[in-house]
Amino acid sequence: MSFISNLINGISLGSIYAIIALGYTMVYGIAKMLNFAHGDVIMIGCYVVFTTMSGMQFHPIVSVILSVVVCTVLGVVIEKVAYKPLRKASPLAVLITAIGVSYLLQNVALLIFGADTKSFTSVVTLPSLKLAGGSLVISSVTLVTVVACIVIMIGLMLFIKKTKAGQAMLAVSEDKDAAQLMGVNVNGTISLTFAIGSGLAAIAGVLLCSAYPTLTPYTGAMPGIKAFTAAVFGGIGSIPGAFVGGILLGIIEIFGRAYISSQLSDAIVFAVLIIVLLVKPTGILGKQIHEKV
Amino acid sequence: MKKMFDFKNMKKGTKDQLITYAMVIVVFVIVQILASTGIMSSLMQGLLVPLCTYSIVAIGLNLCVGYLGELSLGHAGFMCVGAFSSAFFSKCMMTTGMNENLRFFLALILGTVVAAFFGFLIGIPVLRLRGDYLAIVTLAFGEIIKNVINVLYIGRDADGFHFSMKDTASLHIADDGEVIINGAKGITGTPHQSTFFIGVVLILISLFVVYNLVNSRSGRAIMAIRDNRIAAESVGINITKFKLMAFTISAAIAGAGGVLYAHNLSTLNALPANFGYNMSIMILVFVVLGGMGSFRGSIISAVILTMLPEVLRGLSDYRMLIYAIVLIAMMLFNWAPKAIEWRQRHSLKGLFAKKTKEVQ
Amino acid sequence: MKKAVSILLAAAMAVSTLAGCGSSSKKEDVFYIGGIGPTTGAEAIYGTAVKNGAQIAIDEINEAGGINGYKIEYKFEDDQHDAEKSVNAYNTLKDWGMQILMGTVTTAPCVAVVDKTAADNLFEVTPSASSTDVIANGNVFQICFTDPNQGTASAQYIGEKKLAKKVAIIYDSSDVYSSGIEEKFVAEADNQDFEVVAEEAFTADSKTDFSTQLKKAQDAGADLVFLPIYYTEASIILKQADTMGYDPEFFGCDGMDGILSVENFDTSLAEGLMLLTPFAADATDDATTKFVSTYKDEYKDTPNQFAADAYDAIYTIKAAAEKADIKPNMSVSDICDALKAAMPEINVQGLTGGDEGLTWSETGEVSKQPKAVKIENGAYVGM
Repeated sequence: MSFISNLINGISLGSIYAIIALGYTMVYGIAKMLNFAHGDVIMIGCYVVFTTMSGMQFHPIVSVILSVVVCTVLGVVIEKVAYKPLRKASPLAVLITAIGVSYLLQNVALLIFGADTKSFTSVVTLPSLKLAGGSLVISSVTLVTVVACIVIMIGLMLFIKKTKAGQAMLAVSEDKDAAQLMGVNVNGTISLTFAIGSGLAAIAGVLLCSAYPTLTPYTGAMPGIKAFTAAVFGGIGSIPGAFVGGILLGIIEIFGRAYISSQLSDAIVFAVLIIVLLVKPTGILGKQIHEKV
Repeated sequence: MKKMFDFKNMKKGTKDQLITYAMVIVVFVIVQILASTGIMSSLMQGLLVPLCTYSIVAIGLNLCVGYLGELSLGHAGFMCVGAFSSAFFSKCMMTTGMNENLRFFLALILGTVVAAFFGFLIGIPVLRLRGDYLAIVTLAFGEIIKNVINVLYIGRDADGFHFSMKDTASLHIADDGEVIINGAKGITGTPHQSTFFIGVVLILISLFVVYNLVNSRSGRAIMAIRDNRIAAESVGINITKFKLMAFTISAAIAGAGGVLYAHNLSTLNALPANFGYNMSIMILVFVVLGGMGSFRGSIISAVILTMLPEVLRGLSDYRMLIYAIVLIAMMLFNWAPKAIEWRQRHSLKGLFAKKTKEVQ
Repeated sequence: MKKAVSILLAAAMAVSTLAGCGSSSKKEDVFYIGGIGPTTGAEAIYGTAVKNGAQIAIDEINEAGGINGYKIEYKFEDDQHDAEKSVNAYNTLKDWGMQILMGTVTTAPCVAVVDKTAADNLFEVTPSASSTDVIANGNVFQICFTDPNQGTASAQYIGEKKLAKKVAIIYDSSDVYSSGIEEKFVAEADNQDFEVVAEEAFTADSKTDFSTQLKKAQDAGADLVFLPIYYTEASIILKQADTMGYDPEFFGCDGMDGILSVENFDTSLAEGLMLLTPFAADATDDATTKFVSTYKDEYKDTPNQFAADAYDAIYTIKAAAEKADIKPNMSVSDICDALKAAMPEINVQGLTGGDEGLTWSETGEVSKQPKAVKIENGAYVGM
């Protein structure tokens, strides 16, 4: 029974990584940049929900929508101000700017909200599911998280396959210049990607803080890095890859902690990552790119 | 006069080298003069060794990023290995009454060699990967090193060394023994032996090593791999050998920086702030801001960015906020195509006849 | 142009740092007390509490006429919980003219700074750095318990009161404070009438999910979970234990204090939590109520034990300074020698002194009685 319970915990943690990783992977696919500030957009989203829901007594759903809106705007603004001027520069330059943005968001949050920990009230208020006579407990947040993760992934895939904007994204990610020649609005498409990625970050943040209820200006940093790892694990740029990578990373983390050593759980996660990448150098679902001479 | 004449006609690479060496030496002399007159603040004196440390590690990483063209996010891990192995050695040898300078010299060699060994070991599998996959694997190795050191316990008594990955109690050391590496507490009481002089000498040695490598046959092979791997392979360059060579040297230099770090503070812990991915990223920031491939730029930006938060202390709560804004602004100013254009139009260079190329 | 700008920037910065010492006009009739701790970064919560707690004490003392008739100038520098930055902060304060140091807040950086204060012979009182390495040199005095002391005391308390038969521990293996307590707790547990059935760790990089550790504790049949960690993580542990329907006794150390004041925390989860703490924000004595209300007015927050320790640290410096009758125009080293001699002779009541007050040994270790309290109806109740 503890095996199943660990598995569920792993899937729950993994689903959150997966939602964050979806945002990472989308932005990477289009802009070919690692948006290190993604984790901090999550944190801002959490603070929006916290202040509106716990402070101003808004309805949870209203708070979540508000948070999505704020993050979407924030994502687009960051893209316009900090990343767009560097579009033609080296990808590394954008990476460093993203780190600058990450520091900026953390320190703005520190100044506005202070360093003290806030306890986050879960937006999901349903009771836990008790199975097998109470020896197996699945919290409602876990269920909501997993469902949300699957819905988001399928939604994104449909969006990319079926809509014009989605096809434009695909075209831009394939070849920016060619897409431009074909009449795709490249700047608009990139902004749209940042908007969607940041909106997802808000949802991921709400679920993250509902499951693990503390909130500080640094809440987003570590899940951000783990999700980045997950995205690479699954094959960066691939949407199902981010999903698979996230879930697997969560399960490995929990199993490593449960069955090998709780002191070395980070080392175990990263060791598995390395082994997988050595066997499949572009991640589990990554595309094998053949270089042309 | 003859020397001046030569200087003008020198190859650009050689001139660039000489300017860098001269810059380091001139700064060293100025600092020495200021220190001897006593007008240098304690803060500045305390910062001298860290500035050297970060300059050295940035030089090492620049070799990897700028010349080999591989993004490494794990250089703090090599620093960590160098720091811990050398501090461990110094701590063990403290009781033997070995000559202090000799001990530090050996510690330095050991730290560098161990870091190089790790670089080699990690390089074999890692360098098969490309781009961001390589970056994430180096990040992973850095985090593994940090995590393992945090649960590593090594003690010593009359029977020799004892190892454990659990706690000090499971070391079973005798009462007269001592715990040298104490898990999260790390190593305390490392002798304070890093000086500005040693730091500057190490910078010069690192520069000498990287410049010689870059301007050698091997260096050209390394750059050929960076610019076009397949073309390089087709003309018979042994990709694995040269990649490993650059990566190992890069790790070794980072290890030397780690030795300097370890012997500057009496406590050595593997915290996320000093040996985690944050530090690796910070070093990458030095390299990118200073210009990939420009070792002089790495040194200058390492110095600026290490000093910046200290200089901003007067702003108290707004310090790190301003730091972030300055970082973004500097990146945009240095890298944005529009900014580069603007700079060229308003450049002071128009005043000089000579035209120098931007370092990219 | 690019180079010109960089060099200009570097030069400007070098000049401004160099000039740092020349421009400060040091007054002869005030004491310069400096503080160091993390006010940014993941540990900012502790440094900020210390900064604010000390500020309240300083304001009170200055209002009441100062130390020996001299006012105090106070400056707090950020170290981001990093040894190297802590040394930088120390040097900055030295340039400012610091005569006495109240800090540093966290243990690992403190060990590095202690080395520097010993070399300069500068008197240091640390509110919260609890490792024994901190007090190796004789010029440093602690306000908090040492880690071994807490670990042993907790094990003895659990043993003597027969609180449990089977004990599980969840601790932060990457944190000096937490792993220090854990080690001594396990060592002392051998002498006590209970069994440690699970020792589960987490690290600074994975401190959001504790479901596995709790599951293991539950499977091992632990009826008490010992949490030698800070309240930030403990609040998640309590929540997750509640979600999974695991309801053992929880027992914490002084880092646990503050859990009731976590903004928006459902205090019913902490019901029955026991902790050894020298300070409780809802104690009813005059000193505590005054301190808490001032803190709330000034910083819109309930003070935790770090703030209280810092407040006591400043009053300790005052008591020692009055005992030794030091003057601001004395040299740093003379002040240090005088205060060192005075420390073992004073007794400070303070906020964390309990019934007997705080006294110090010559080595710098504090002797104070840890109070065991239990949370009942959202408030601390003495046990």
